[in-house]
Amino acid sequence: MSKELKEFALTDVLDDPVGAKAAGAGVAGAIAGARLSAENVSLGYAGRTVSEALDVRIPDGEFTVIVGPNACGKSTLLRALSRLLEPSTGSVLLDGKSISSYGAKEVARRLGLLPQTSIAPDGITVADLVARGRYPHQKLLRQWSEADEAAVLQALEATNVEGLSGRLVDELSGGQRQRVWVAMVLAQQTPLLLLDEPTTFLDIAHQIELLELFRRLNREGNTLVAVLHDLNHACRYATHLIAMKDGAVVAEGRPADVVTAELVEHVFGLPCMVIDDPVSHTPLVIPLGSGAAA
Amino acid sequence: MAVNRYRLLGLLAAISALVLVLWLSLAMGSKDVDFAALWPAITAYDGSPEHVIIHDLRLPRTVTGVVVGIALGLSGALIQALTRNPLADPGILGVNAGAGFFVVLGVALFGVTSIQEYIWFAFAGAVVATVAVYFIGSRGRGGATPLRLTLAGVALGAVLGGISSGITLLRPAVFDSMRSWSAGTLSNRTWEIFTTVAPFILVGTVIALAMARPLNAMAMGDDTARSLGANIVRTRAWTIVSVTLLCGAATAAAGPIGFVGLMVPHVARWIVGPDQRWILAYTLVLSPVLLLVSDILGRLILRPGEMQVGIITAFVGAPVLIWLIRRRKVSSL
Amino acid sequence: MRTDLATPVQRAPVINFGRRTVAIRRFGGRVSLRVDVRTLVVTAVLLAAALALAVVALGLGEFSVAVPDVVSALLGQSSGAVNMVVVEWRLPRVLLALLLGAAMGVSGAIFQSLTRNALGSPDVIGFNTGAYTGALVVILLMGGGYFAVSAGALVGGLVTAALVYLFAYKKGIQGFRLIIAGIAVSAMLASVNTFMILKASLEQAMSAAVWGAGSLNKITWEQVLPVVVVFAVLLAVLSLYGRRLGLLEMGDDAARALGVRLEGSRLVLAVVGVALTAMVTAAAGPIAFVSLAAPQLARRLTRSASVGMVPSAAMGAFLLVASDIVAQNLFAPIQLPVGVVTVSIGGCYLVWLLAREVKRQ
Repeated sequence: MSKELKEFALTDVLDDPVGAKAAGAGVAGAIAGARLSAENVSLGYAGRTVSEALDVRIPDGEFTVIVGPNACGKSTLLRALSRLLEPSTGSVLLDGKSISSYGAKEVARRLGLLPQTSIAPDGITVADLVARGRYPHQKLLRQWSEADEAAVLQALEATNVEGLSGRLVDELSGGQRQRVWVAMVLAQQTPLLLLDEPTTFLDIAHQIELLELFRRLNREGNTLVAVLHDLNHACRYATHLIAMKDGAVVAEGRPADVVTAELVEHVFGLPCMVIDDPVSHTPLVIPLGSGAAA
Repeated sequence: MAVNRYRLLGLLAAISALVLVLWLSLAMGSKDVDFAALWPAITAYDGSPEHVIIHDLRLPRTVTGVVVGIALGLSGALIQALTRNPLADPGILGVNAGAGFFVVLGVALFGVTSIQEYIWFAFAGAVVATVAVYFIGSRGRGGATPLRLTLAGVALGAVLGGISSGITLLRPAVFDSMRSWSAGTLSNRTWEIFTTVAPFILVGTVIALAMARPLNAMAMGDDTARSLGANIVRTRAWTIVSVTLLCGAATAAAGPIGFVGLMVPHVARWIVGPDQRWILAYTLVLSPVLLLVSDILGRLILRPGEMQVGIITAFVGAPVLIWLIRRRKVSSL
Repeated sequence: MRTDLATPVQRAPVINFGRRTVAIRRFGGRVSLRVDVRTLVVTAVLLAAALALAVVALGLGEFSVAVPDVVSALLGQSSGAVNMVVVEWRLPRVLLALLLGAAMGVSGAIFQSLTRNALGSPDVIGFNTGAYTGALVVILLMGGGYFAVSAGALVGGLVTAALVYLFAYKKGIQGFRLIIAGIAVSAMLASVNTFMILKASLEQAMSAAVWGAGSLNKITWEQVLPVVVVFAVLLAVLSLYGRRLGLLEMGDDAARALGVRLEGSRLVLAVVGVALTAMVTAAAGPIAFVSLAAPQLARRLTRSASVGMVPSAAMGAFLLVASDIVAQNLFAPIQLPVGVVTVSIGGCYLVWLLAREVKRQ
């Protein structure tokens, strides 16, 4: 992001944090590059095509959120962007080159992924698990440098799990465990972060806590891409929204510009009204339901 | 439901196959007998050589084969459900090792030679081993979890197996007896043997079938099971009792026969899905089919001699398995 | 702000790993390592115990040698009968017991980690059963000597593994297909083995069964060098791939996200695991239980999260040396095959550990 836009965001932070950021980002998105993009990709699993000829650019420095109904292809897109899924045609580009041309560790140093399901090995402690996130930076002889230690500490503090660092992961609650996985990805210290449904199964307080953390990380200059299932959370925290349906991108841009009642009805099949969130001044989707007043 | 109708039809087909195999088992062997002569041999026994073969040799052998097959298959299905480990076979609770160990002791210390005497040693060994495994596995936090039971069974089985090996390698005569016993055979099974083990197998089967519903609940994890009203400790205990009775009696009657208990429940699951009631029903019918077909082949291959059923079973079942896994529709364990 | 010169310099806050760990950094940060204290201590104790038992083993037998004499023989300071007995006769056997035990511990750790199953072992692909078949063919049908039997076992095992792989291959390898194919082929070969043992003469059958139980009875210096070389090569490969094992345990997605090449890593690790087993089987026959028990025992002692390869190796070495002492001396002058003892001792130890766990919770 250029210097002027940064200052703009800082001075306005007290009055209208989200609005200013969103506005700045909207402009920035048009100017800034996209280190990560998918060009003309077709994605699918054995025998089933999910998306065809998809073009997606992830703008740098934004908090991009992908939303859409179940089975619209948002997780599939994220998996393709993170190199977990190989497109049948087209290619995913990272820093100008096809993502599959990089070495595995090289990708892991630029791109961090929080997968939907991960297994915590039996009996592992929090600090141990977070420390594993340093693997892409480590070599055979350099297994625990001071940089590693500092990164792990920073990650533990950022996610507020420092007090739990000696505990067994198995003994933690769902919310705590999710924060530990996020800490592991943070320890990787990648400029790009992909998060696949990071707030599922968390209670509302922890959901907001994580989303605030992501927003903070984004403000510090990291590019984030998240798949969120809660549309209002997406509207509130995203600086760039991508709405998908049936494997294709239907709308893209700032939440304030993009989210309308018509769009929500088209994408989700949900009759609703969209008002201005009184706290964050982002779109707030209110389903109409059967008890709606005329 | 249409699916249930297909399952029922499949079951009927399996039962027909079983009946056919039963008749074949009576008819074929070192001397083939006409189908027409079979029924009179059973109902109007007249002492002729043919009738003797059928009534005194093949009938008890066939019937023993049926109950042994049922016992092996059901105990396998139960063990896989209980330990939630698809690599488990009934021997994993140490049943085979325990039976073998006591038989070795019987031969080495008491000079036991006849199958009738083997039976009691084998059965006692099976029971003692399983109880010991359950006891070891249930200490510690969480009780007899699948992992602990598995490890305890493997550990105790190893100890008993090791000691048995040691004894047999030090005493050639014992080695000789054991190498015959460990092949697993249905030859020379008399009515006495059948009547000795059948009650245990019957009780074990009844308990097994009663465990179908609770095991369905437990398949989804202990917490879900509790919320569905299943009593975990009781289910585990009764399942182990059933496995002990079934596998112990089968091993006592015919020696250790592997493979049936391991693979038939898998095949059943591939055909009917994860509902234990259907799995047990199919296993009940398909296991004796596998065992009897193997036995018949064993009688035919080396005529007029015989090849033990324990050796043939794998050669009949394994190719079927490999064919099944190469078909596209088969899903995971 | 007041600067208090008396206050000691603030050290960077230390991460609480829940266990005592030590960070070792040398050469200006170019070499760095994090070591778990408990694992280090356990491994060191096991190694020391194994070496101590090795020294004892060198002294026991028909011609007994006192420990100080054993030590001086090892240091090359004695001659004559003592030197011959200790260094030429017994040392190769004891050395091999240490190496093979370690190899089995590592192999078991690899497979249990890869399959995420405490019962994971190389026999999942039918290797041991196939090796026994090959050996039986050589012993019973060709009457071969030591090297012929080793060769037969190797060929049998490798052919079986290849067969299983082929049966399971259908546009790629799916975990469960491999397991089922392994079980199917193993079962068939086990039947063949039982049949061969049944049909052979009693004498032949017993000698085959002794091999099948795994025995160190006929080890001379000739067999030691190949094992050392192969083991060194495999360990070198493993040191490059070892850390990926822990990452693979976290699930495919998480491992790939951290930069682990899934298929390649798994294949290399599986091949190393099989090669280690093949090495042991060729040298001494299939000594099965150590690769199953050593990692589990090591894990329970170190109370660590994953099956560590180094503690498993130390535990394997300890188990095998201890078993060999018992095998040679329990019924002297008759020697038991060591495999019979490993199975009994390993099993007992595991039972004891499991039973003891109630005191901890």
